[in-house]
Amino acid sequence: MNVSSIWVVVEASNGSLTATSLELLSHARTLTPSVSAVTWDTHDSVIAQQVGDFGATTLYEIDHLDGMLPGVPVASAITALIDSQGAPAAILIPASYNGRDIAGRLSARLDRPVLANVTRILDEGGLVTEHQIFGGTQTIKARFTDEGTAIIVVRAKSFTASPNEGSVATVVKAPIGDVGPTGAAEITKSHIEELTGPKLEEAPIVVSGGRGLGDTSGYRLIDEVAALLHGAPGASRAIVDAGWVPYSHQVGQTGKTVKPTVYIACGISGATQHVVGMKGSKYIIAINKDADAPIFQISDLGIVGDVHSVLPALIGLLKTRE
Amino acid sequence: MILDDADTYGVELALQLVDKSGGGEVTLVSMGSADEVAGIRGALAMGATKAVIISDDSLRGTDSLGTAKVLAAAIRRNMPDLILCATESSDGYTGILPVQLAELLELPSITFAKSVTVDNSVLKVDRQTEFGYDEVTSPLPSLVTVTAGVVEPRYPSFKGIMAAKSKPIEVLSVGDLGLATEVGSVGARQEIIEVNVTESRTAGEKHIDEGDGAIRIVRFLETIKVL
Repeated sequence: MNVSSIWVVVEASNGSLTATSLELLSHARTLTPSVSAVTWDTHDSVIAQQVGDFGATTLYEIDHLDGMLPGVPVASAITALIDSQGAPAAILIPASYNGRDIAGRLSARLDRPVLANVTRILDEGGLVTEHQIFGGTQTIKARFTDEGTAIIVVRAKSFTASPNEGSVATVVKAPIGDVGPTGAAEITKSHIEELTGPKLEEAPIVVSGGRGLGDTSGYRLIDEVAALLHGAPGASRAIVDAGWVPYSHQVGQTGKTVKPTVYIACGISGATQHVVGMKGSKYIIAINKDADAPIFQISDLGIVGDVHSVLPALIGLLKTRE
Repeated sequence: MILDDADTYGVELALQLVDKSGGGEVTLVSMGSADEVAGIRGALAMGATKAVIISDDSLRGTDSLGTAKVLAAAIRRNMPDLILCATESSDGYTGILPVQLAELLELPSITFAKSVTVDNSVLKVDRQTEFGYDEVTSPLPSLVTVTAGVVEPRYPSFKGIMAAKSKPIEVLSVGDLGLATEVGSVGARQEIIEVNVTESRTAGEKHIDEGDGAIRIVRFLETIKVL
């Protein structure tokens, strides 16, 4: 309707677009017929076909980054694209590690504000964004008060990814240009941690632990239950802050958003910061010593008990079924 | 340097890096009320040298880009070798502000650092990625955002707490920095138009564990056909 065109920053991994990238493309085409995708480091016709399938007509393909962290060169290339192609109404960016870097760099370069932590985007005679606050108990609607490109950072799993059977997108090369001293940070080596189970964001079952585990060794129970259920282990912010598990395990406002079939919260009180990242789960099971823990208010099954007795018993039962 | 006064990880890391380099000082930079300095005093008690607070009624409603502009103006007065920020502060930042700040200061930035060292003026950072981590190098000056747990924050000593009471806290206004139109709710160029209560989940069954908690969980998983 009023939305002239939207660009979507899409990320590829192992030759295919990430789930969040496909979600953003799918939603963008409900807002405007003119959707373009922007990506980097993938000179691959598979990606042009994939963004086409999800409704983009153009793929802006940025040069190889040659080890540069993506934030600076991708923002630089997008700035140049705006000069050569004209500014879109909005640029949608996934709330990933690199997505946040790109949004920050772009915002300062274009002197445009960012609407972040967005979970819905509507056209109400102009783009309106929805954000969840207070652990998702309230949503706020916000909009930009001036004309100009809207930079919108969207949380994972905000939209459903659905292909459109579109034709392959036209590939347009997007040069990076001179990035000066800002581009001096470079990757010298990448380490891939071998995952023994599914990715946290994609796992059908997530087993998460919190303070109630007592100490860092208690997290072994979480790993074991997750493995037995072929799920992924997660964590509350409290135990990530305490250094028990890496940040990549964190579920919540400042961590990952998960929507598994089953979420098992073990020794997690249910602070709003955590709940916002998991309340979209289909079923929630909670184990907590405190009968008044807020997590029970959103749980389909609540067990008031000590994780140190319930989890070993659960591990025993699951092992007998193997 | 640090943005969020609750972020003791950044303060600890800064102190350790200064110790290892054999000299230097740690300055805290924060935007907020000049009347609520408990967090700042705590960081000074840990060993930071001094603090700069930008405090002004006109800053109310400032968004992250506006905040980055204010912090950039304050930091630019005396450019440090390294700027450390919390990855995401608890008061509503979105993980984007530090990168906006780096761009305004024309510095390289490395976000989501889980380990930081400085070797012959070269910054070496292990950066969290979706699949593991990257080793990243950058010249100084640079900006780094640290994730929780990067170091173990020290507790302030009694001597440190006493010393902190006399350490300088400089309070700046927006006028001092020559910024006016960019900050506040007008500078934000975005507004909240609606607040709605979302439909909440309802609590299901709740049982006190009498040795049967695990069995109840297994039965539940069977009912929903996960097992």
